[in-house]
Amino acid sequence: METLLGLSYNVWWFLVFGAVISGYAILDGFDLGAGALHLFLKKENSRRIALNAIGPVWDGNEVWLVIAGGVLFAGFPVAYAAIFSAFYVPFMIFLVGLIWRAVAIEFRSKEPGISWRFTWDVVYCFSSIVIALSLGLMLGNVALGIPLNAQHEFAGDWLSFFNPFSIMIAVTTLALFMMHGAIYLTMKTEHRLFIKLNILSKNFTIFFLVTLGLSTLYTLLYIPHLSDRIRSNPTYFALPLIMFLAIANIPRQLKKSKFRYAFLSSAITIAALLATVALEVFPNLLFATNDAKNSITVDNAASSLKTMKILLMIAAIGTPLVATYTTFVFWTFKGKTKLDEMSY
Amino acid sequence: METEILARIQFAFTIGFHYIYPPMSIGLGLILVIMEGMYVKTGNMIYEQMTRFWIRIFALIYGIGVATGIIMEFEFGTNWATYSKYVGDIFGSALAAEGIFAFALESIFLGVLLFGWNRVSARVHLFSTLMVFLGSAFSAVWIVVANSWQQTPAGFHIVGEGLNARAEVTNFWTMVFNPSSMERLTHVWIGAILAGAFLVLSVNAYYIRKRKFLEIAIPAFKISLVVATIFSIAQLFAGSVSAEGVAVNQPAKLATLEGHYDSSAVADMYLFGWVDQKKEKVAGIKIPAGLSFLVHKNFNAPVTGLHAFAKDDRPQQVNAVFQFYHIMIAIGISLIALTLFACYRWRKGTLFETKWLMTIFVWSVVLPQIANETGWFAAEMGRQPWVVYGLLRTSNALSKTVSANQIIFSLVLFTLVYIILFILFIYLLDKKIKHGPQSYGEKDVIAEGSRGENPLLNHS
Ligand code: HDD
Ligand code: HEM
Ligand code: HEM
Repeated sequence: METLLGLSYNVWWFLVFGAVISGYAILDGFDLGAGALHLFLKKENSRRIALNAIGPVWDGNEVWLVIAGGVLFAGFPVAYAAIFSAFYVPFMIFLVGLIWRAVAIEFRSKEPGISWRFTWDVVYCFSSIVIALSLGLMLGNVALGIPLNAQHEFAGDWLSFFNPFSIMIAVTTLALFMMHGAIYLTMKTEHRLFIKLNILSKNFTIFFLVTLGLSTLYTLLYIPHLSDRIRSNPTYFALPLIMFLAIANIPRQLKKSKFRYAFLSSAITIAALLATVALEVFPNLLFATNDAKNSITVDNAASSLKTMKILLMIAAIGTPLVATYTTFVFWTFKGKTKLDEMSY
Repeated sequence: METEILARIQFAFTIGFHYIYPPMSIGLGLILVIMEGMYVKTGNMIYEQMTRFWIRIFALIYGIGVATGIIMEFEFGTNWATYSKYVGDIFGSALAAEGIFAFALESIFLGVLLFGWNRVSARVHLFSTLMVFLGSAFSAVWIVVANSWQQTPAGFHIVGEGLNARAEVTNFWTMVFNPSSMERLTHVWIGAILAGAFLVLSVNAYYIRKRKFLEIAIPAFKISLVVATIFSIAQLFAGSVSAEGVAVNQPAKLATLEGHYDSSAVADMYLFGWVDQKKEKVAGIKIPAGLSFLVHKNFNAPVTGLHAFAKDDRPQQVNAVFQFYHIMIAIGISLIALTLFACYRWRKGTLFETKWLMTIFVWSVVLPQIANETGWFAAEMGRQPWVVYGLLRTSNALSKTVSANQIIFSLVLFTLVYIILFILFIYLLDKKIKHGPQSYGEKDVIAEGSRGENPLLNHS
């Protein structure tokens, strides 16, 4: 098999996919988290500031999901087909959540009425929660694996997606996003709202630690094979270690009021968490629980070598562009959020 | 069979709904660039207010476009798994390129467009508007290329057999510039620009009729009238290039578009008509031998008819395709007539006094919309029974693991959600239009913000 710097093209594309998913989780993670804690903010003005803090960026963040979809479709069409047809029901719920969330953000400010705004606040908050939970649920099931037939099609019952492990991962994801979002909002606000969010950040950090602890414990006790690879090679311990240090750094930076560093640490937490999952799953994209040889792997799901080369070219040209515009926008809107005439 | 029909209905419904919004965004994007360009050049506050007003409307349209587009991207995987595996090698790269090059550009600069008015200089803002417009125009590129590939596949070979067969790219650029992609892209772009231009015309015609905001409505109307006139005429040419392409690449579709059955006969071109599918005859007003002329540049040459294809290899809904196609063309011709007449009145200086003409413009916003939808319906239904023309049948493209019940569940879900969305969209659009382009002063916003006297909202 042809390689590039010692790794096959398929593995490179797997890394690209992992990077895009992490990008999505880090970026959309903070605005989903901000949405999930929206109803904790009680004043109209606080809610507006919170919405406008994500206003200029949430849509750009969501594009990472679209890119991830394209990346999976292009590089691993077999996995794309299997995953989305298998997770049909949770995925449709996820998509409807995305629609309502986009609409709630856009529509809320268009009318001054109290009940109008309150309705959209509720829609916004609940859809953010539903999105985070369904993402976590699907992630949990991908980590566990699902039954697949010889054509790599789903051969089980979708109700089995609601297993204890995946439910725990779903709650952990929600907690992680809420922590991440709270820290982001703390960074963007001032005065009383800032004080309130600062407290919320600490509380959600605790919430996340508890859920993460529980799901780690559960994994080690009941699904030991999900940590096989890390136990097999001590160098892999670096990943959980990075995650652990990043998490430990969050309360420390919060105490010092260094919110940017706290935010950076929660971003690293997300990336390390996903990298750990990826490390355990690789080379499978989707493990077949009924018969290991039906598993979808980076090789049997991959597009042709020619396509892989084209794709890496597209990624090589596209990534610096996207990074430049993203930096430009975050830089334009840096600092504390202020309301003006064009605000939501 | 049942799942197939359901999946097709679901796809047609969700993409048809998505396609209401992107064309308006693309077209409005162009008009915004012109308006803001005039503002930056002249410094005239009229253009500033105009731009700001249309940016608000743009945000509303764009929001729904994005929300409904994300559904589309994943629907290939959820409902058409076999198809996704078959085309993934080709189609996926177009979709990935779309995400990276187009959507990222558009969505990221949108933040500056909407919220950056007081943060960046006028020039940087104009640049962002331009980037949003280019991003939305590029969004059309890749998806239309992908769709054109399935209409006229090129630059690939088939690997594997039976259930595992799939198309692999052999030449990327041949794939991108497949025989129909450029002509269809042109046609789609122009259709989108018309959708945006007529939206602006309609709203301003409404103000002119009501004698409101005239100092802004009249220049905005003129800008969009110029755009609408140029592109209405251009669309006629782009459309005929498409039709000639269809004649070469998809003769069965061409025969369906005009309801032409008999291969040994010269073919007519209809203005209006009705296809009797049992008798295989068309009744209507026609240009005799018009299609023969379009295809062969010769009024006496016969044109391949539907009988030349096995019954299983040609579209079954001939009349529906025929009607969709002819509605589009009738609208195309009406748009040309309408805009040219308006230009004539403009020159004579009586345009804005002609009330009935303004009334027509108020309603004209639906015309390009209908033409866009019926155009796609004709193109897509005319390609049946193939998903990938001549290679993969629609009936083989489904997800095997998805049951009819799951599709019904999601179809009902989307229908409900989309109905509510559409009502809200119209409601808010109507409100914005009634409010008009006068500035929403700082005071207004603050007053709006603090009107929350509800105890639920005000105590933390
Ligand atoms: C890149 C792919 C792509 C793009 C850009 C479009 N479509 Fe499409 N369309 C498909 C890919 C596709 C498909 C997945 O290939 C379907 C599903 C079943 C089929 O036969 O083709 C399809 C079917 C399909 C049908 C059902 C036809 C039938 O079952 O008889 C309709 C009415 C449309 N589409 C309409 C549209 C509209 C209004 C579009 C404009 C935005 C559009 N399509 C863009
Ligand atoms: C099945 C086909 C299609 C798919 C899979 C699809 C996918 C998408 C996705 C994922 C988005 C959201 C992007 C974001 O997050 O910013 C979107 C929005 C958009 N799409 Fe589509 N799309 C399809 C058809 C089309 C067609 C035919 C056009 C144009 C001619 C188009 C033009 C756009 C534009 C301009 C946007 C930005 C939103 C807006 O301007 O309203 N799409 N689409
Ligand atoms: C004026 C005369 C027109 C002619 C002769 C014409 C011709 C055509 C033809 C032959 C197709 C099928 C192409 C294919 O299947 O590959 C088509 C599709 C389409 N038309 Fe038109 N058209 C006209 C006007 C319009 C107008 C005014 C609009 C919109 C404002 C429009 C929007 C579309 C769209 C969106 C499609 C589907 C995309 C495509 O296949 O290119 N058309 N048209």
